[in-house]
Amino acid sequence: MYDVLIVGCGITGAAAAFQFSRYRLKVAVLERENDVADGTTKANSAILHAGYDPEPGTLMARLNVRGSALARQLCTRLDVPYRQCGSFVLAFSPEESVMLHTLYQRGQDNGVPGLRLLTGEEARAADPNLSPQVAAALYAPTAAICSPWEYCLALAETAVRNGADLHLETAVTGLERLEEGWLVHTNRGDFRSRYVINAAGVFAQALHEMAAPKTFAIHPSRGQYFLLDKSEGDRVSHVIFQCPGPSGKGVLVAPTVHGNLIVGPNADPVPDGDVGTTAQGLAYVRSTALKSVPSVNFRASIRNFAGVRAVSDRGDFIIEWAAPGFLDLAGICSPGLTAAPAIAEYAAQLLERDGLALEEKESYCCQRRRIRFHDLSPAEKARLVAQDSAYGRVICRCETVTEGEILDALRSPIPPRSVDGVKRRVGAGLGRCQGGFCGPRVVEILAREQQVSPGAIVQDRAGSWLLAGQTKGGTDHV
Amino acid sequence: MYDLIVIGGGPAGLAAACAAWEKGLKRILIVERDRELGGILNQCIHNGFGLHYFKEELTGPEYAGRFIRLLADTGVEVRLDTMVLTVTEDRQVHMVGKNTGYRIEKAKAIILAMGCRERTRGAIAIPGQRPAGVFTAGAAQRYVNMEGWLPGRRVVILGSGDIGLIMARRMTLEGARVLACVEVMPYSGGLNRNIVQCLHDYDIPLYLSHTVTDIRGRDRVEQVVVSKVDEHRQPIPGTELVFDCDTLLLSVGLIPENELTRQAGIAIDPRTNGAVVYEDMETSLPGVFACGNVAHVHDLVDFVTAESQRAGRAAADCVLGGTAPEGSVLEVKTGDGVTYTVPQHIRPGRVAKNCDLFFRVNRVCGDSQILVQSGDTPIARFSRDHLAPGEMEHIVLPRSLLEGASGSITVSIREVASK
Repeated sequence: MYDVLIVGCGITGAAAAFQFSRYRLKVAVLERENDVADGTTKANSAILHAGYDPEPGTLMARLNVRGSALARQLCTRLDVPYRQCGSFVLAFSPEESVMLHTLYQRGQDNGVPGLRLLTGEEARAADPNLSPQVAAALYAPTAAICSPWEYCLALAETAVRNGADLHLETAVTGLERLEEGWLVHTNRGDFRSRYVINAAGVFAQALHEMAAPKTFAIHPSRGQYFLLDKSEGDRVSHVIFQCPGPSGKGVLVAPTVHGNLIVGPNADPVPDGDVGTTAQGLAYVRSTALKSVPSVNFRASIRNFAGVRAVSDRGDFIIEWAAPGFLDLAGICSPGLTAAPAIAEYAAQLLERDGLALEEKESYCCQRRRIRFHDLSPAEKARLVAQDSAYGRVICRCETVTEGEILDALRSPIPPRSVDGVKRRVGAGLGRCQGGFCGPRVVEILAREQQVSPGAIVQDRAGSWLLAGQTKGGTDHV
Repeated sequence: MYDLIVIGGGPAGLAAACAAWEKGLKRILIVERDRELGGILNQCIHNGFGLHYFKEELTGPEYAGRFIRLLADTGVEVRLDTMVLTVTEDRQVHMVGKNTGYRIEKAKAIILAMGCRERTRGAIAIPGQRPAGVFTAGAAQRYVNMEGWLPGRRVVILGSGDIGLIMARRMTLEGARVLACVEVMPYSGGLNRNIVQCLHDYDIPLYLSHTVTDIRGRDRVEQVVVSKVDEHRQPIPGTELVFDCDTLLLSVGLIPENELTRQAGIAIDPRTNGAVVYEDMETSLPGVFACGNVAHVHDLVDFVTAESQRAGRAAADCVLGGTAPEGSVLEVKTGDGVTYTVPQHIRPGRVAKNCDLFFRVNRVCGDSQILVQSGDTPIARFSRDHLAPGEMEHIVLPRSLLEGASGSITVSIREVASK
């Protein structure tokens, strides 16, 4: 019997697991995919928003600003790539300049620190590649960029280190209310828990309706992106937004913590949560971004992707009891990545108020470090390779990722189960050749370390097989 | 202190190192990131290599093997499984290897021979889902020829570059079904002999003026949608062909791998994506040379060898002090129909007798003239009965002719009106 069972290990579920794992509680996380951070968390703008967007008084407003402050501490403590680079919202017309004032005022009401209204010249002085058409800008110094999947992984890993049980490839198929708590049916057997937390992202409505009558609907909204080579990484030094419209914060241009440039997203409804890209969607993203930063070189594109936002029909985060012992954390669309640790904190308060005792563990550990070969000085590199020669074998040329780092990941609390799982942990395959060179090497290491045939290694999700079989004359044919 | 460090032990690095040794350099180091010398030739097990250089048909590993054996008779040092991380302006080379550790070596001259990489799906923004099963042709070639694994059984190939064509045949021979080779241009980007020997001989249809407009499949490729394109390369709605397949191979171009070059502050030509080079393959950083596919993408390894030998000899001259004074510099400009030239700059004073000039054209032409001008004055003309973007052109300019030019020369093509 668990005390708290969390369904979904995206950023929301991972933050909740991290939060509850600090107390003397039995905590479980169920994730339907073969890795954490596999849904919305791995495919978004990677922005930690300052908090001037949400309407004052909403959960979004409160939790965004609180989450932004928490994220700064957490990313440092858990060794998550993070950079507080600040953001601009651009105005191109007098009407949009008026909107900047509205955002500024909202930000003041929400308690966002350091906001300033700038002229077009001031904005261009700070970010020279901005369009000459920019008339004014709202500057938010607390906006930051991070690696969202590493953030999620760091939270989930820390939870596991502190005793939480993570069950991957475990999908909930039904829920039954018990006298005390819930019986959770899955494809991998039943789980019992006093509390169930719904952090199922775009599947939150479906999960909710296994436990209680419908109270909200999720309308997945797809956003498409370009990721550009590091040669474009310095094109802007702040996160560049345009004025928000009815479908969200619009197309942004931003540096990434990995040194690339990210451009996107658009917003189009996708009832089935499809994460494909479309020619029209990408064309829209491209032309809209060029309005903000005309010099972006799209020939340096290295990847396109799309993610779905779990947008609800309520317009705010849904953080409430669906049934006794069943807490929804639903409709966590933007600024969900930013708000996640604050959402988790709030969830803990709600469970405590409901009677769950939250006693801190003495053994609780909230530190995490991993070796990033690329970031070390020549002297540190030399010392590391002398200690362990595996750090001397560069597997990914583009990002300079070594075999030692991949082996570290394979020995971590949540080892990767796929080539993309390795990519999300250490960055191999993230670069300009997109795994063309290192893919076969990573397959080889995974197969060797997991003692399986290379044919059993998947690209990403279970079922995303890479190799059809051995060539003629291979051992399979003997 | 080394006389020469060669970065990359593929065909370019091997030829350059051998040539520098023959010219008298003694302390030469080749740094190779793979576990063996030979570079990409090791996975090119088909034949057709060496027709120009050795006057016989060799496979890729055989071609590499000849140079590896030549090298074995020299005193050239080789570090395998070692990756160069940084090249500094004062010619320090930072490298790391599992068995060699982290080392910083200094050299009197450096030859950049890192080769090139393939353009990916992201570079050409193919829309659709992102299942497994989309490989660059070279990655698939490595799986099949070196790892012994077949990446898929029903295959569509986008791009008719040589690697794509070679893989169409290779996958077929391994029992896969290659359904189509799709090319966005109205002509193939590969060598004509490869179209015949790899597609026609196996009844694999080539769809010219077509491209992939959608990829379908949640976990693994299930379908690829191919559409006809108009003269602006835009897909024409209503022309979609749907292929049930599990694999899409991409052969959509190669990009010289110049991250080290950029880092070292060496000037890059956006037309070649390689370093700007002089007639002897010296870059904008004195004592640093570039050759092979890192300088510009070649079609034939034979030309890589010849170019790299020139670079190796020039590097040796540079170290041994045999280099003629720099003198005047001619800029080589691209005129009508020419997309790039290598070299981009010529120092006539350093041209021994003749200067080799390589370039590509931007369209398919029949009977044509290659025109070299100095200002408005034509100084040389060369006739060709066929020109194509997929085939690198080569002309030879005598020193005397270059000495007569001043400032710059321009290379252009004129199609001769058909009779």
